[in-house]
Amino acid sequence: MIEVHNLSKQFDNFWAVEDVSLTVQPGQILAILGQNGAGKTTTVRMLTALLTPTRGWARVNGYDIVTQGDKVRASVGVLTEQHGLYMRMSGVEYLDFFGEMYGLQDSRKINTRDRLLEYFGLAEAARRRIGEYSKGMKQKLALARALMHEPPVLLLDEPTSAMDPESARLVRDQIANLRSSRRTIIICTHNLAEAEALADVVAVMYRGRVLISGTLNELKDATLGAREYVVTLAGEWHGSLDLPSGVSWGTRDPGQIRFRVDAPATANPILVRELVKREAPVVSIQESPRSLEQVYLTVMAEAQKPRGKSR
Amino acid sequence: MKEQLQYVWLLSRRELRDQLRDWRILTPLLILTIGFPFLMNLVAYYAVDLTNQYGGDLIVDRLVPFSILTIGFFPITISLLGALESFVGEKERGTIEPLLSLPLADWQLYLGKLTVGIVSPLISSFTSTGIYLFMVTRQGLDMPDPLVFVQLFLLTIAHALLMISAAIVISVQSTSVKAANLLASFVIIPITMLMMGETALFIRLDNQVLWCAVLAVIIMAGLLVRLGLAHFQREYLLGRDIDVLNLRWMWKTFWEYFRGGAQNVGGWFSVSLKTTFAKLTRPIAVLLVIAAASVWVGYAASQVYLPQYYSATGMETERLDALRARLSENGNLENISGSITAAGLFAHNFRSTFAIVFMGLFSFGVLGLVLYVINIGQIGVIIALFQLAGYPPGPLLLAGVAPHGIFEIPALIISCAAVLHIGLTLVTPQAHRTLGEVMLEALADWLKVTLAIVAPLLAVAAVIEAYITPQLLCSALEIVCK
Repeated sequence: MIEVHNLSKQFDNFWAVEDVSLTVQPGQILAILGQNGAGKTTTVRMLTALLTPTRGWARVNGYDIVTQGDKVRASVGVLTEQHGLYMRMSGVEYLDFFGEMYGLQDSRKINTRDRLLEYFGLAEAARRRIGEYSKGMKQKLALARALMHEPPVLLLDEPTSAMDPESARLVRDQIANLRSSRRTIIICTHNLAEAEALADVVAVMYRGRVLISGTLNELKDATLGAREYVVTLAGEWHGSLDLPSGVSWGTRDPGQIRFRVDAPATANPILVRELVKREAPVVSIQESPRSLEQVYLTVMAEAQKPRGKSR
Repeated sequence: MKEQLQYVWLLSRRELRDQLRDWRILTPLLILTIGFPFLMNLVAYYAVDLTNQYGGDLIVDRLVPFSILTIGFFPITISLLGALESFVGEKERGTIEPLLSLPLADWQLYLGKLTVGIVSPLISSFTSTGIYLFMVTRQGLDMPDPLVFVQLFLLTIAHALLMISAAIVISVQSTSVKAANLLASFVIIPITMLMMGETALFIRLDNQVLWCAVLAVIIMAGLLVRLGLAHFQREYLLGRDIDVLNLRWMWKTFWEYFRGGAQNVGGWFSVSLKTTFAKLTRPIAVLLVIAAASVWVGYAASQVYLPQYYSATGMETERLDALRARLSENGNLENISGSITAAGLFAHNFRSTFAIVFMGLFSFGVLGLVLYVINIGQIGVIIALFQLAGYPPGPLLLAGVAPHGIFEIPALIISCAAVLHIGLTLVTPQAHRTLGEVMLEALADWLKVTLAIVAPLLAVAAVIEAYITPQLLCSALEIVCK
């Protein structure tokens, strides 16, 4: 579990992170989104006990990041923005080194290393120099390193950057599998589709602050307003309709009508019943897709709006 | 502890393996290790031939310790490059963050890097020295004394420690390998000067002084390691990306420390200076003990060695008679009193204290302390000299030293204490403060004490020494001469 309260970090006169508060439960994945320089990496570095917060506090796996740095680092597997591999070592040597540094016994080290190499499809290349690996292989090896000591918390900074789509998919699937093992995972990413596919909770950061956070649906409701439903008709229909409360008209085309619905569970059955009663040739009713990208762009556009100058 | 040190070794072992796979490090190291002893041997023969042609009367055996010292030194210079990029290189390659994310203490990371930095050059140094010694035996030259071997062995280790630990400090403080390499001259130049001094001692074969030099170099190496440990912070490696010479920040920080929160001159004296002086009480106490010991050692050593020296050189009667004659001629002293000005004395004494500061700044106070001991020890030597010349030292001390000494000696002690304080501050862990900030505070403390206490005391001492002490000394010596 990760608990963060008013976490802030100042470099000289610049606040890289300011008053960030978050909670990530075991088995949950939190995706932190934001532009370059939004404070994502600084937040992760504080949660790894590499940087000391200027104010606020955080507990990672129950350990305080300031007073129990060693225990925090032992509980966390980190995938850094740059993969950070030693090019003259082989994959096996590299994982063995980190296994030893995490204090794994020989048998456990060898078992975990072989399992991870197999899992990430690196077994064949395991004895080759890392310098000869492709970008994707390097990223997978870095992820294997982060998992070598089987940490309860994973902090992944851009886990699929520089990967081909197939490898990225593989890594995404593996991250999703890690969730089921009750790990607490934070992913920093620019890839909104990836965040949408993996995250249970999303936080959008801008200039060191969390602009918005919550589950995907919470974020969509908060930023995009009421959900939109598309009623597809078999032909033209020009009838009128008394809309139930909490429902408003959207656009109306010859074969399609759009409604905004505040509480779909109660309003949609009434709406469909009314349409059928007025002999509307209803074929289907579907929720209009609302992507994380829409949420993100809406939030960022709002944040970047010029504020009025006070006189 | 053993388990914690095991992680240090694991860290070093990985890097050592990495180095041994890098031909850019390996090739010059091998060439130097194997080739340099032959080159040194050849050069030594040519040097001896050359000096002997001009009546230099130099023999090759005398150059053997110097050659060993030099041969041991060169492989370390190559390893300096590895040490210089130890942290900053990993930062540039992006490998530092996984390393820093390990559940290791800062000291383990630091010692891991230091160990690998020391091990490879020392192996190379000792291999090279071994090859040279083999050549020495084959040529039938005299081997140095076993004690000289011990000194050479300790000096080589101390040089490696000094250079590598300084390089690692630079590596931690730099934000790019390029910047670290540029700063390397701050390591190479002082060490080269140190080597020149040691070489002179080896050629003179002045063993006792050489032991002092060995001790001083080992202490400095130890303090440098301590400095590195004290200021190694993970955050410092990750928190900065560019080197900027921020003169404005430097001046602002220095001024804030110098002012010490005071709003006016009165406040500065009563609060800021008082606080700084309170920091110096412990160094002052230590220096008082050292002063007493130095006077006693100067006196005792002079009692033993001066007669030996004079009788050995046959100068005993001549020198002591000359001294007696000078002391009996009051007119001479009066003449001297006329030629000495207060300004000249002040400038001379201020130069002496500044020399202590200058030497101390580069050696955590160690070399400054050596100068201090030499200065204070002279009092003991003078007392012994007068006794040997047949004069009771009491009147001399009272009339010739005490009047200005009560101002001058405290000034010297306080100035040296401020330098020791700089050294102590640098090697003390300072949470959340950069090395630069710590240095600025220490320098501000030194300047405060120098301007407000040392300089005024030296000025008063200079006036007394120029215009009062000679008069008192003349009267005192008149009594003595009678």
